[in-house]
Amino acid sequence: MALVVQRPKLSLAEKLYLPAVLGGLMLTIRHFFKSLGGKTETMQYPEQKWDDKLPEWYRGAPTLVADEWGRERCVSCQLCEFICPPRAITITPEEIPRTDVWAKVEKRPKEFEIDMIRCIYCGLCEEVCPEQAIFLRKDYAITGYSRAEMKHNKAKLYELGGVMPDVINKWNDQK
Amino acid sequence: MDSLNFLQQPIVFLVWTSILKTLFVLFGAILPLVSLSVFAERKVSAFIQDRLGPNRVGAPASLLGFKKDPHLWGFGQMVADPIKLLLKENFIPNSVNKFYYYIAPKLTMIPPLLVLAVIPFGSSFLTGPDGKPVQMVIANIDVGVLYVFAVSSLGVYGIVLAGWASNSKYPFLGGIRSSSQMISYELALGLSVVPVFLICGTINLSQIVDWQIKNGWLIFPISVVGGVHFEWWRLALIPLMGISFIIFLVSMFAETNRTPFDLPEAEQELVGGYHTEYSSMGFALFFLGEYAAMIAGSGVIVTLFFGGWSLPWIPDGTSTWLFGLENHVWSWVPGAFWGFVNINVFFAKVCAFIFFFIWVRWTVPRFRYDQLMRLGWIYFFEIALANIFLVAAVLVYLKP
Ligand code: SF4
Ligand code: SF4
Repeated sequence: MALVVQRPKLSLAEKLYLPAVLGGLMLTIRHFFKSLGGKTETMQYPEQKWDDKLPEWYRGAPTLVADEWGRERCVSCQLCEFICPPRAITITPEEIPRTDVWAKVEKRPKEFEIDMIRCIYCGLCEEVCPEQAIFLRKDYAITGYSRAEMKHNKAKLYELGGVMPDVINKWNDQK
Repeated sequence: MDSLNFLQQPIVFLVWTSILKTLFVLFGAILPLVSLSVFAERKVSAFIQDRLGPNRVGAPASLLGFKKDPHLWGFGQMVADPIKLLLKENFIPNSVNKFYYYIAPKLTMIPPLLVLAVIPFGSSFLTGPDGKPVQMVIANIDVGVLYVFAVSSLGVYGIVLAGWASNSKYPFLGGIRSSSQMISYELALGLSVVPVFLICGTINLSQIVDWQIKNGWLIFPISVVGGVHFEWWRLALIPLMGISFIIFLVSMFAETNRTPFDLPEAEQELVGGYHTEYSSMGFALFFLGEYAAMIAGSGVIVTLFFGGWSLPWIPDGTSTWLFGLENHVWSWVPGAFWGFVNINVFFAKVCAFIFFFIWVRWTVPRFRYDQLMRLGWIYFFEIALANIFLVAAVLVYLKP
């Protein structure tokens, strides 16, 4: 059955349209003067940032983290490289020399690059990492003048990631 | 100074004052006003939407070795915008009709500038060799308003040509829309000013202003020349002139393609309308044309309904009266000073209208095309026509 929608009956003032226009004009001019008086809703972006307003679970740029002793958590298993849907991650593994403090672990990344133009912030790398080495931290303002600049190398990734102390067992409640 | 005497010869005098006036209107008034109104558009729209708008571009003082760049509330944007447009790549699609594609933007820009030639923008500054004051209007022609309509409607050629020459569907539709809109509203526009001619008995814009100085503005008919006086029969004219003014104003919005009548450039339906295929300076010329048309339109409205450059109690450049009284006590103030004030009064009024145009743009949503046509043909046309008869009746039966 067809549904018949009744057209609303308009009063003369509504049909004339002008009163409504005047009402609208009054409304906008009020906002104009309010803003002129300095009451705007804007945030001055590059100076003021969202940082403290971001939710705890915010997924920003993927980064590498070190533990409290400064050890690279990543063991170059390349699982994240494999899982990454847009293939943003490129890892060059390297063996840890026997003389190193962390020689017990065999591998570490020699180079670890995430192409931030490709990354879709899906967080799969974080999910798949067995060593809790890669995390999506809160950085969201990722800009650059060239494509090369948008490739985060290992140094940059550690710089953004910082230190994440303790054993983070992501599958239990503590995560 | 003797060598400058030839400047006082009537013909030479006419020529150099005309050139001076033209240059002033073009470079002293219109181009700065266009820049300013583009900036105002951005700023006012921002304020209406509780934003800040452009507020960063200031003076590049750090290039000169200063510590900080003063931001000047974003006024640098007025300079930055044109520079940006000039430096952008001018991309010309391969399939366009080159000749018409090139001249279309110029054709939209020139008519509003030509309209400005007949609008009196001030009283007078100088006294000519024949002892008559030089009128602050580039061409004081008797067919003033007719000329305005004739020339301003030429602007549509640029838009139609741009749409056609682009060789692309959406611009073409934009051009078609523009032409039909222009035809529909030109009628209402023409009819709505007929009452003005009936009342003033002239279509020379300068004389219309003079009439308004003596008899009060058409929209607010209280005269202050020779003491405040008011004629009762003109009370009947106030609502009629109000109708006339509203129709003229709304039609002006349609003529200048401003929202809510900017259907030729409706980006939701037409991608971008007639200027879709234009980039950098071509696009900028359309922009310039639109804003110049807005300024010219405001100038016409101000001249026809708001007493042009006159302000009650402010004398004109010949300075024979002040505060409504024939008075020579004030004659020590040079006439040129009042001439200067008059020019500023005119542009202040124009600016007020530009603000109104912008204000409406960020308030009223765009019309649907059939609504636009209905408004033009069924309502405005009839109302304007009836209004003429009403005004004529008032003039015949009520005017003593
Ligand atoms: S967040 Fe997703 S897209 Fe980005 S690097 Fe990790 S797996 Fe790849
Ligand atoms: S999954 Fe974790 S440990 Fe494995 S390579 Fe990626 S970051 Fe390193």
